[in-house]
Amino acid sequence: MRWKRKDLMGLEELEPWEIELVLDTAEACKGIFSRDIKKLPTLRGKTMVNIFYEPSTRTRTSFEVAGKWMSADVINVSVNTSSVRKGESLRDTLKTIQAVGADVVAIRHSAAGVPHMLGKMLDISVINAGDGAHEHPTQGLLDLLTIREKKGSFEGLKVAIVGDISHSRVAKSNIWGLKKLGAEVTVIGPSTLIPFGIEDMGVKVSYDLDEVIHEVDVVNVLRLQLERQRKGLFPTVREYSKLYGINRDRLKRAKEDLLILHPGPANLGIEITQDACDDPRAAITEQVTNGVAVRMAVLYLVLGGVSDNELIN
Amino acid sequence: MSLLIKGGQVLDPINKRNGIFDVLIADGKIREIAPEISRELAYEVIDADGKLVVPGLVDMHVHLREPGREDEETIESGTFSAAKGGFTSVACMPNTEPPLDKGPLIEFVKEKALKVGSANVFPIGCVTKGRDGAELAEMAELYSAGAVAFSDDGNSIMRSEVMRRALEYSKIFNAPIIVHEEDKELAADGSMNEGYVSTRLGLKGIPKAAEEVMVARDIVLAQLTGGRLHIAHVTSAGSVDMIRDAKKKGIKVTAEVTPHHLVLTDEAVDGFDTNTKVSPPLRTSKDIEALIEGLKDGTIDTIATDHAPHTREEKETEYDIAPPGMIGLETAFPLVMTYLVRKGHLTVEEVISKMTIEPARILRLDKGTLTIGADADIAIIDPEKEVTLDVKNFASKSRNSPFHGWRLQGIIYMTILSGRVVYRS
Repeated sequence: MRWKRKDLMGLEELEPWEIELVLDTAEACKGIFSRDIKKLPTLRGKTMVNIFYEPSTRTRTSFEVAGKWMSADVINVSVNTSSVRKGESLRDTLKTIQAVGADVVAIRHSAAGVPHMLGKMLDISVINAGDGAHEHPTQGLLDLLTIREKKGSFEGLKVAIVGDISHSRVAKSNIWGLKKLGAEVTVIGPSTLIPFGIEDMGVKVSYDLDEVIHEVDVVNVLRLQLERQRKGLFPTVREYSKLYGINRDRLKRAKEDLLILHPGPANLGIEITQDACDDPRAAITEQVTNGVAVRMAVLYLVLGGVSDNELIN
Repeated sequence: MSLLIKGGQVLDPINKRNGIFDVLIADGKIREIAPEISRELAYEVIDADGKLVVPGLVDMHVHLREPGREDEETIESGTFSAAKGGFTSVACMPNTEPPLDKGPLIEFVKEKALKVGSANVFPIGCVTKGRDGAELAEMAELYSAGAVAFSDDGNSIMRSEVMRRALEYSKIFNAPIIVHEEDKELAADGSMNEGYVSTRLGLKGIPKAAEEVMVARDIVLAQLTGGRLHIAHVTSAGSVDMIRDAKKKGIKVTAEVTPHHLVLTDEAVDGFDTNTKVSPPLRTSKDIEALIEGLKDGTIDTIATDHAPHTREEKETEYDIAPPGMIGLETAFPLVMTYLVRKGHLTVEEVISKMTIEPARILRLDKGTLTIGADADIAIIDPEKEVTLDVKNFASKSRNSPFHGWRLQGIIYMTILSGRVVYRS
């Protein structure tokens, strides 16, 4: 089956075969990572614009590298959000994109739905690089790729997502993807950070990490936004860390072949300790590498790529 | 100048009239209603065969935006929008710039409406100075200038003591305090109903509790004070239950619901169309069931539009910062006809009553009837005709309606204001 989507907005709307197609394509892309010259001619003459209305080093760099390794011309537009009047960003974005004659745009925005609005207004491809608390599809896909590499398949796999589920687009994209591919998902966090109706997404909910940690195959640790504490959603960072921090003690009780993921950047000592990051079961570095591969694959597919052969040769 | 409406089904709930009659209008008043009136008596004859002839609709909750936001709507455009929707009387909210918290501002709206309006305009005055919820506005001055009710509209009156005194003080005029019930802390910066859909879309939710805690408080205060409380745009099943109980206890509370809260659920937000962002937010199908039940048993007295025009520039923006509100005057009747009457929830008599005599009763207006001698404010409705809504054809200056492209049944054929045809389809 062929990829037909102009845009990548989220994992919610993807069919399982589409997700598998991205992962397969990403794997093919990884084939060049060990080469001396990491350059594919695939997107020569295409212009990609990265527009980030939220600070991000990791995702923006990853998109940039992905574009460059595929020979696209990459333009980064970092927007100092304090200089943008509220409500100006959408129209400005449109103007910028039209001015540079882009073929594809990756957009990060603090408001849910902005990529969708752009996707409707533009004929070119729009990739959601994270919108508010909604979705972060390329992060979800790179997590899936990492899990598939380490675990082989998703069927019956027990995955825990730990942290602030309410405000996490990473959690949402992971849940959609994992559920579609057959994994069992439990979300774990303080009850004030578990959103209303999350069970309807097909996940189990737990407030007790210690009850679950020993039986899961994968734990995906979310970054804690520290300002949530100031908004009164939990009493102190210290108490959060006690209840939900991934540390050596907890890892002792976990499976030997546990896979530890974190989308980065980590608040070390809060949601995860340094020694947990250094644990051989952690694949946080691989996640970064897979991020580039997945973004190459997505760029290739939304710009109308057909087969693996065409991609590599 | 006389006008004869011939052969229509005349429906006048207050006079319990429902049948084929001719209606003769002279000097702006209803002169005669009889099975057969001679054409000779009229200057113009309107053939209303197959049509419904009803009292001009009354909408007790609109935003005309003048003074201050004439880019969104004016008294002229807003009342013409009303006329196109079959409304001959509208009560306009005071959240203008400046807010209607002084007598002369009320007079300005009334005078402007007399000059350029296509509908009767009844201004609502502020409860507090500047709508800031702190000190009572000069309600007596507002009332004598023509305010028919008091409201701080979108600003919920968070201070219970202020609300208590407002309910007490308004007893002097026997005018209702109209409240937008939303606890500001619980609603915070939410932009849709809190539930599965908000979780899925990653938008911050507003719990039903934000409305319900305020409804509960204000019912208690209405009981304490004996003041008249009118709850604007009820959205939640919990609120309906509380209002029903309050009415049983004899507390002076009335309530309204909007067509959009009867037709749309939070599922409509999927896709991030900012025209679906309203305050209070669209709820769930369970709430819609309760709202319809409330309309049926009289818990909810009236259907009001909360017509809230916003410019394209304001609405073409991020969902979480777009201003809430949708226009409603030109979609209200076909929506109600299609979703309440056609679906068998309410009869056309009940719907007409909730859109005419009931709001008139709450605001103590001499409107919403076809009584002989009354102002000839009349809507003629083609109940069978289907229409595909097209916002480009709306009379409102704004286009913020999520119902664009919807196919509905039941349209306004003609609107008559004091014997003058103000709209013809």
